[in-house]
Amino acid sequence: MGGLDLSFVNWEIISKFVVNGFWFSVQLTIVATLGGIFFGTILALMRLSGKKVLMIPATFYVNGMRSIPLVMVILWFYLLVPTLIGRPIGAELSATITFIAFEAAYFSEIMRAGIQSIPRGQVYAGQALGMTYSQNMRLVVLPQAFRNMLPVLLTQTIILFQDTSLVYAIGAYDLLKGFVTAGKIYGRPEEAYILAAVVYFVVCFGLSYLVKRLQNKIAIIR
Amino acid sequence: MAWDWQVFLNDDGGGRTYLQWMMDAWGWTLSVAGASWVVAVVVGALIGTLRTLPNSPWLVRIANVWVELFRNIPLLVQIFLWYFVVPKLFPAMKDLPGFVLVVFALGFFTSARIAEQVRAGIQALPRGQRYAGMAMGFTTAQTYRYVLLPMAVRIIMPPLTSESMNLLKNSSVAFAVSIAELTMFAMQAQEETSRGIEIYLAVTALYALSAFAVNRVFAFIEKKIQIPGFIVAGGTGGH
Repeated sequence: MGGLDLSFVNWEIISKFVVNGFWFSVQLTIVATLGGIFFGTILALMRLSGKKVLMIPATFYVNGMRSIPLVMVILWFYLLVPTLIGRPIGAELSATITFIAFEAAYFSEIMRAGIQSIPRGQVYAGQALGMTYSQNMRLVVLPQAFRNMLPVLLTQTIILFQDTSLVYAIGAYDLLKGFVTAGKIYGRPEEAYILAAVVYFVVCFGLSYLVKRLQNKIAIIR
Repeated sequence: MAWDWQVFLNDDGGGRTYLQWMMDAWGWTLSVAGASWVVAVVVGALIGTLRTLPNSPWLVRIANVWVELFRNIPLLVQIFLWYFVVPKLFPAMKDLPGFVLVVFALGFFTSARIAEQVRAGIQALPRGQRYAGMAMGFTTAQTYRYVLLPMAVRIIMPPLTSESMNLLKNSSVAFAVSIAELTMFAMQAQEETSRGIEIYLAVTALYALSAFAVNRVFAFIEKKIQIPGFIVAGGTGGH
């Protein structure tokens, strides 16, 4: 094995280069998950509304987003958002907007499945009690849909965390970039890539283990 | 803002128009995706099958490790590992062109996902099918070859369709190691011509068109291999 040397890594380098990037990746994941679920739920409700004015644009948006590569979406927003708002924005802000918009499409598919998994009788029961549409959704359907879909939503979040590495395309400073920068400065790029892989693996593997346990828990209660 | 589609007829400085360059790039995208697909399906089917073997706990464990390893590291990082780290660790791989390394990266990354689908497909079959194979005196290999796998293939067609479309989209990540594919073209041509919107629109359309073509091809295959009376084709190719 040709000359790997991990001895250059120390806490100073980690805190100088990696921690910032890791923090940005985590922030981006959390913001994009919350924003994505919020807008995704709205998109899902639009698609299930039965009104063509709402269904057609929502379907078009979701299918459109899902048929192009994330890297292209990142590039698109980086090009378009400054033109639209009339001033340049940083790569980090652009990445955040992009991920919310992109993930909303994927989360909407999950929420749609979740809403459809609720038996129609529940909706009728709500209606029979005199609930309005929004009461019915807010109090009866959505809480159960969230609960049913929680493992899938979290799995998507893990995928999202991996996908945040693609902000590389516009040069935003994330976890991967932190390692790459440190590797360049200290002349140890290969070791930096390996370390980045290890960190991503530990985080994603750990999280998916937790999701699996959660899934079993939910499965037993129901 | 006015459109300027003429930009595609401009010379890129190397004797070809941007249109020709884009078509070459499309070719690279399709080659990367196609070659990776072959790797992914062969390895994925093998690993997925190993994970369902009844009496070989070690093979199951190794296959599980394979899936977890390739599933929990971002594709971009895996591409960097193959492109920069693997040739350094194994000097024998130094002379491999970047294209081959990227195909390994993308192929193995996708193989983990396909393995998961193959496993699920085999486990979705009624247990009686395996027993029927055993009762017929089949060896394990024969049971898989003649009983389980033919049925599993038909079950996993819908998820395999969307995974193949994902693979095509994921090939865009190859830009990071300067494979001359569509995304790379988009980034470079955007910079050179500053007609980003026209360039991006064309590239996006090519991606969508390719993904749609993959979808249609798989729908055709799914229909061709369908067995009347068996699995009901209710799959919509969902994600």
